[in-house]
Amino acid sequence: MTEPTHPMLELRGVRKAFGDKVVLDGVDIPVARGRSLVIIGGSGQGKSVTIKIAIGLMAPDSGQVFVDGEDTANIRTSAERARHNARFGMLFQGAALFDSLTIWENVAFRLINADKVPRKEARDRAIEALARVGLPASVANLYPIELSGGMQKRAGLARAVVAAPQIIFFDEPTTGLDPINADVINDLIVEQVKRLGCTAVSITHDMASARKIGDEIAMLHKGKIVWRGPAADIDHSGNAYVDQFVNGRADGPIKVEV
Amino acid sequence: MNPVQAVGRSTLGLLRTAGSVAIFAGRGVAASVSTPWFGGQMARQVVSIGYLSLPVVGLTAVFTGAALALNIYTGGGRFNAEQIMPQIVALGITRELGPVLAALMLAGRVSAAIAAEIGAMRATEQIDALHTLSTDPFRYLVAPRLIAAVLTLPLLTAVADTIGVAGGFLVATQTLGFSGPLYVQNTWNFLTSWDIQSGLIKAAVFGFIVALMGAYHGYNASGGARGVGRATTHAVVSAAILVFAADYILTSIFTAK
Repeated sequence: MTEPTHPMLELRGVRKAFGDKVVLDGVDIPVARGRSLVIIGGSGQGKSVTIKIAIGLMAPDSGQVFVDGEDTANIRTSAERARHNARFGMLFQGAALFDSLTIWENVAFRLINADKVPRKEARDRAIEALARVGLPASVANLYPIELSGGMQKRAGLARAVVAAPQIIFFDEPTTGLDPINADVINDLIVEQVKRLGCTAVSITHDMASARKIGDEIAMLHKGKIVWRGPAADIDHSGNAYVDQFVNGRADGPIKVEV
Repeated sequence: MNPVQAVGRSTLGLLRTAGSVAIFAGRGVAASVSTPWFGGQMARQVVSIGYLSLPVVGLTAVFTGAALALNIYTGGGRFNAEQIMPQIVALGITRELGPVLAALMLAGRVSAAIAAEIGAMRATEQIDALHTLSTDPFRYLVAPRLIAAVLTLPLLTAVADTIGVAGGFLVATQTLGFSGPLYVQNTWNFLTSWDIQSGLIKAAVFGFIVALMGAYHGYNASGGARGVGRATTHAVVSAAILVFAADYILTSIFTAK
């Protein structure tokens, strides 16, 4: 059987404004199957909005989102929505673990509640997923509040990958972590995405993270993609916006709005 | 802004909120009456909303029943009608004070807790996480709370009715010189089943309002910790006002019967 030629995920002409502020201005972002795209950009440039629109948490004002060639605007019923969402996994910036559930219940949440996997089997799979991200079985019965920020991120990653999604989104995966823990999370992300062979979309302003987890990097500025290319080219992109951002310079075409 | 503009803007804002609440309620009801149900969540909410509210509802009822008995005895004494006190206490508690006080206690305790919990989940992206885990937040968060409140507030009201009447009984027999058996007999003979049923129907409606306001304001919370605080305040205030408004409407319907 031949592989489909269409992108696994595609945002086409997506526009989104909040009042007078245009956050995304006709953005086109195709992501090929099995590739890892990292979107970089300053704060308030629309990175989070992009990911929320891609995953269906927010509707665009205009434009289309295609997942595996299917226009998400055609999703009507809750059953279709559930089937559609089952393709996704997401690691949230603050992990977004459910406070009232133990770590294994968090990791197994989709298995138990959406996939109707028996609790015993779901627990075993959750503990297996925790082990893959370097968390011992002893944390399974703890609550999120009892874990450090780094451990919560790992548990969030285990939850994102446990049901083997086709597309995984990473929202600022290393924010709030020390450099060593950030690198551990980056390694785990690369390892899990490779193991699952899935498509990944990440947003970050951590350049070490972007270089490590991305096959490609795209830069979002003032609602548009101003550069996109292989991650290896990021340091010699020839783009003034990218150069200023990557080198963290105050001088350049990007003006910090106060 | 001229006064007409201000009135127009407020009216439009009110209508927008009313529409938003109505849509939210519709989605909540739809999620409550169709599968899948989250049994564990529902059981947890029944305990949290119903069982854990028993002490506060019971204490409120006993003191209200006792104070009501004293007031009616004193008031009735002005035209030599002290003996009617047991019947009035029973009627007042079952038809009005039992459901309203239980609902107000729940508005303070439960509506605030629901708004704070769901609001905090909104602020920490846990509601977004539910979406990405193929779980409808209305089914997982809103429906269990609505169902639990609609089921448990009538039960709490039945307890409040019993304890409230007992509060009146205690004051009447211990300080006002009423005969115990006669008090019970007068109360029992006077009350009709409709007096109790109408109070329980009110309680179910109030339960829906209390849970709905908590869930609505929590779900739509924005602006971090301050937003959660604001949602909690709005939940309690709006639940209390709507309980009183619904009480008047239901009483009008029931007394026109």
